Amino acid sequence: MLSSARAWEVLATVPDPEIPVLSVCDLGIVRHVQADDEGVAVTLTPTYSGCPATEAIAADVRAALVEAGAGSVEVQTRLDPPWTTDWISEAGQEKLRRYGIAPPHTLQPAAPRPVRLVPRAVACPRCASKRTTRLSAFGSTACKALYRCEDCREPFDYFKPL
Amino acid sequence: MAETREPRLEYVLRLGDSALVLGQRLSEWCGHAPVLEEELALANTALDLLGQARLLLTRAGQMEGAGRDEDALAFLRDPQAFRNVTLVELPNGDFARTVLRNLLFCAFQEQLWAGLRASSDAELAAIAAKSAKETRYHVEHAADWCVRLGDGTDESHQRMQEALDTLWPYTAELFTADAVDEAAAATGFGPAWASLEAGWQKLVRPVLEEATLAVPAPTAFRSTGKGGVHSEHLGHLLALMQTLPRSHPGARW
Repeated sequence: MLSSARAWEVLATVPDPEIPVLSVCDLGIVRHVQADDEGVAVTLTPTYSGCPATEAIAADVRAALVEAGAGSVEVQTRLDPPWTTDWISEAGQEKLRRYGIAPPHTLQPAAPRPVRLVPRAVACPRCASKRTTRLSAFGSTACKALYRCEDCREPFDYFKPL
Repeated sequence: MAETREPRLEYVLRLGDSALVLGQRLSEWCGHAPVLEEELALANTALDLLGQARLLLTRAGQMEGAGRDEDALAFLRDPQAFRNVTLVELPNGDFARTVLRNLLFCAFQEQLWAGLRASSDAELAAIAAKSAKETRYHVEHAADWCVRLGDGTDESHQRMQEALDTLWPYTAELFTADAVDEAAAATGFGPAWASLEAGWQKLVRPVLEEATLAVPAPTAFRSTGKGGVHSEHLGHLLALMQTLPRSHPGARW
């Protein structure tokens, strides 16, 4: 049997398969944990519909909790409210930056917008310069875009706000 | 003959099948896109569409209540049982036609998701809220390319104009009202697609104008994919997509 607090501690050690410096807790996808004598129930909210990591994450969460002695583990998926990059913790944002990925901007409240957005200045995670250029709207995964810093000349990923 | 079903189920199948078929079409660019960046963009867009299709077809299977899951619906139905709009099953053509179709269809999806957030079906509303965020990036990316190519060289402009002349007549199907549409709107299940045209035009027309493209005049042509009567292209697409699960029933990896 595992307490809820202990279950959260275990979950904080489960890495995101695509960005292993972030735990599933840093990413903000663990929405609810319920622990009792029967076992642990975890509610996850998936990131992108097409994210291939979603099923791997559920399997990793289950395995980690079982290994920690949780007994029976139930992983549920909740779509609503939808995941947003605003749920990435502050610690998670700092970890992203140190890993070389520019963290997402905070989302603005929904407002009418022109169909074509002008990307905002994204600061280079290495040298903090704001003189950066977008090279590719989609990066190594759907959640990232590829940028280049015009000062230190290094390419870097930008975690797109969702 | 097209199978007839409960209108709300038909409505969800139109959504799910359209996302699935366009996702499959875009996947064909894998390994063939003009540049690496677009390889990534098209594949990622395809993945999002497939993810949306999985959620929608799962919901359709639950509503149908016949024990069919997302895989059974995607892989074990014949073309005439598919309810996608014809626009998404047309061959990719060149890159111009591909990005233009993404603009036309994803801008339509954007209108749909906005309307579906108020759906009386909580699951559908949740799928819409989630998908809307992804679709925004798809529209933005397609719009960027339409302007760059339309307002580009003589060659790229000509190809974009040809793409628009080819695809535009197929957009009429999106907004053609029918019994499924009316039933969905009357029960608060989802917006009548016909009601989305004004918002769609408002999104798409300024992009086409900036791209210096001439929007063709309306014609009497109406494609009929959402009613289950498809072009000759869907069967070929499904043959490729379905061959493995049909040849090896129950295969897993």
